[in-house]
Amino acid sequence: MAVSRTGDPTPADRTRAPEARLSGPASRAGGPEAETRAGEPELAIKAVRPPRPGRWLTAGLATLFLVWLAYTIIVNENLHWDVIAAFLLDGRILGGLWVTIQLTVLSMAIGLVLGVLAAVMQLSGNPVLRYASALYTWFFRGTPLLVQLIFWFNIGLVFPTFGVGVPFGGPKLIELQANELITPFTAALLGLAINEGAYMAEIVRAGIRSVDPGQREAAESLGMSHRQVLRRVVLPQAMRVIIPPTGNQFISMLKTTSMVSVIAGAELLTVSQRIYLGNFEVIALLIVASVWYVVLTTLATIGQHYVEKRFERGHHALPARIRRNLRPFARGGA
Amino acid sequence: MMAEPMVKIRSVRKRFGPLEVLKGISLDVLAGGVVCVVGPSGSGKSTLLRCVNRLETLDSGRIWVDGDLIGYREQDEKLHMLRPAELSRQRQDIGMVFQRFHLFPHRTALENVMEGPVTVKRASKAEARQRAAELLERVGLADRAHHYPAQLSGGQQQRVAIARSLAMSPKLMLFDEPTSALDPELVQEVLAVMRDLAGSGMTMMVVTHEMGFAREVGDHLVFIDGGVIVEQGHPREVLADPRHERFRTFLGQVR
Repeated sequence: MAVSRTGDPTPADRTRAPEARLSGPASRAGGPEAETRAGEPELAIKAVRPPRPGRWLTAGLATLFLVWLAYTIIVNENLHWDVIAAFLLDGRILGGLWVTIQLTVLSMAIGLVLGVLAAVMQLSGNPVLRYASALYTWFFRGTPLLVQLIFWFNIGLVFPTFGVGVPFGGPKLIELQANELITPFTAALLGLAINEGAYMAEIVRAGIRSVDPGQREAAESLGMSHRQVLRRVVLPQAMRVIIPPTGNQFISMLKTTSMVSVIAGAELLTVSQRIYLGNFEVIALLIVASVWYVVLTTLATIGQHYVEKRFERGHHALPARIRRNLRPFARGGA
Repeated sequence: MMAEPMVKIRSVRKRFGPLEVLKGISLDVLAGGVVCVVGPSGSGKSTLLRCVNRLETLDSGRIWVDGDLIGYREQDEKLHMLRPAELSRQRQDIGMVFQRFHLFPHRTALENVMEGPVTVKRASKAEARQRAAELLERVGLADRAHHYPAQLSGGQQQRVAIARSLAMSPKLMLFDEPTSALDPELVQEVLAVMRDLAGSGMTMMVVTHEMGFAREVGDHLVFIDGGVIVEQGHPREVLADPRHERFRTFLGQVR
């Protein structure tokens, strides 16, 4: 049947139109005649869903379990809710919280810079840079972070002074004592950032490699230099792949900072420990610290969502597709 | 006096591992000329094109574009490899259009066209924007300026890609199977833009399967098979009377 799906229907089509309507789906072409389709019944869909007894059963059991859990926690006198409430906004706790935030943000920022550098070195044509980068990731992923933190804190045992001057025993221009330079905070920052850089290097490298080689060729054929290709074309596209695991690393870092407690880093866990060593409210203060860790990770998760959206530029089709795939879960489909 | 050709290709050889893709190719493209390169897949025609703007290096042979030796500097009878910056300079004058468009997906059509002048030639944004708008108008996409590549059809993307290359005001345009990735009904809109470009006097090297385009627009047709030029001449003549069996078989397959 000749029904034009787009554009104005030819006179021949128009005369045939009633016939087309009868054939159902073919008349979906719409157009101006769609509104004038009088006499066409509207077949609204108001269907009854099939019963889902399993869903009601699991919901009931889950509610029951949660009520029981809440009850046991609330009535448990060993948890000292009053202590938790009192310390949640304690000055020392908030101070530790601030140190945790600083350590996380700074070490992630330095780690990201180190990671991009190491990744670009790894993918460069210069063999010296390539091996230097490989050595870096190999060493810092190969040793435990805990060991690295203690090492940086005690670096004064190996190198008592740091200075700028002529190497191999020549005169010094500036000289600093390691014990003055390496506070728990700087040791923590060094350990966390350098270790993080090694992991970020792998994430950034994967991101750069995910960019279609044709993008580089197109940019090069416009006459862009290597640096311009990287900055204008490759990295912006690599970001889409780099951001989600980086958000993951950030959230992980929020909690990894607690390792700094072994060198008395004055972050959230360290200050909580100091308090409970005085008042023996071990569980209460661990809960206080945990509440803040959860708050921080929740905020970071929300932030990650917005950063990801920012770097979705030009990929509007993608989120929609992903959303479509997720719909059955989001709505709790069949 | 015969003018120096825009592109001079001499005895070009190229191998990928054990496979010799180009086995000695010599070819001239005159200024303002349109050379169409055809041949079966794997014949080396795309590789030849990619050698001209040095996306591939040569194993032997020489290529000159507008008198400049591509990739090297000849000094005291010795070849010196060009620095990356010098190579980039050479590429600025050679536009390239790819089979799969390769538009920058994170930039709108307008931004794609602005990218070269702004980043490479340090043109002011306002100036580049105006020129980009003109070029989009020329390829018939003025109304799509603020669309991202993902929101454009293949034919529209390829036309933006052509505008992006033209924004650098190249002396030469290379087209690497520009319509092969397109749905059949979108091929003509791209060919129309290319026809218009040829009419404006642009020097073009076109690797293509579109024999109709070659016959209408081309000044010279080259049939490459197995890494050598098997047959060449004026498109209308060679297409009307192909001499070599291999060419005849090939034409039979693409028609």
